[in-house]
Amino acid sequence: MTMTVTQSVITIAAVVLGTMTTRFLPFLIFPEGREPPAFIRYLGAVLPFAVIGLLLVYCLKDAVFASYHALPELIAITVTAALQRRKRNMLLSLFAGTALYMLLVQTCFV
Amino acid sequence: MKKKAFRAALPYSLPICIGFLFIAMSYGFLMRSRGFSVFYPMAMSAFIFAGSMEFVAVELLLSAYAPLHAFLLTLMVNARHLFYGISMLEKYKGMGWKKPYLIFGMCDETFSINCTVTPPDGVDRGWFMFFVTLLNQTYWVAGATLGALLGSVLHFDTTGIEFVMTALFTVMFVNQWEEAKDHRPALTGLGCAALCLAVFGSDGFMLPAMALIIVCFLVSSKSQKKEEPAL
Repeated sequence: MTMTVTQSVITIAAVVLGTMTTRFLPFLIFPEGREPPAFIRYLGAVLPFAVIGLLLVYCLKDAVFASYHALPELIAITVTAALQRRKRNMLLSLFAGTALYMLLVQTCFV
Repeated sequence: MKKKAFRAALPYSLPICIGFLFIAMSYGFLMRSRGFSVFYPMAMSAFIFAGSMEFVAVELLLSAYAPLHAFLLTLMVNARHLFYGISMLEKYKGMGWKKPYLIFGMCDETFSINCTVTPPDGVDRGWFMFFVTLLNQTYWVAGATLGALLGSVLHFDTTGIEFVMTALFTVMFVNQWEEAKDHRPALTGLGCAALCLAVFGSDGFMLPAMALIIVCFLVSSKSQKKEEPAL
């Protein structure tokens, strides 16, 4: 550690402040009772769908540039999605998908 | 009412529990291996409560003292939370004293549940979302603390366990896909993100991707107004 305890506490506080700014800002700008503009309400309706797609890509961001170009990830995602569509059992889809992925990266795609 | 909401929230949080325990434990391991006392990962996981940023913060703490840089970097890394907030303006309305905590604890995984899951009939939505948030944060802090405490004792091959997060988003995506009549918002998110990843690379694609998504929706909201003035 190069910092003093006080310096590290201030650094952590800066990170906390930054995180809370991103979380609270929308609620401070558009408080309850103040109707947000139509475009913001439209964003609130469509963004949840777009954000999940964005996060999915975020999960793959390093894998696509790695040696297998996200092949094991895509296999496991396909199986997870297919299971979820057929059985509609979230825990089953998650555990089967993750187990398959662990098997793939620990054996075939080392 | 509380008990019912807790029982409804628990199954949704269990997959997060597994993912969080492993990731937070590895974070605890990492902090210990860099010479920090167990109080650091404990406090950081409780107060920052933003997974990827906590890993970045390890590097920040080991480099030169620059709190403003730390603050600005955090804004960049966590800018996606602005999205979450805008999406949750309606859902967190009228939550009273629970609201500040719901906003404070809105990490990616908590957001993805509170945003997509409608609690079963007879379950209070406020308490449901409160327990989802509280349970997820408990797993995270417990994992980080446990990891720091057991740091030098445990050794096992957990390669690939982090995929549980990807699997979770896949399941959310499938569920939303089957619920939605209009698939354009979901495809916009996927498409913009993939395009920006290809153009900007893995370190800098999130901000341009979010900007591009907003621009796409700006265009589509304008054209929708022309089609159906009722909206």
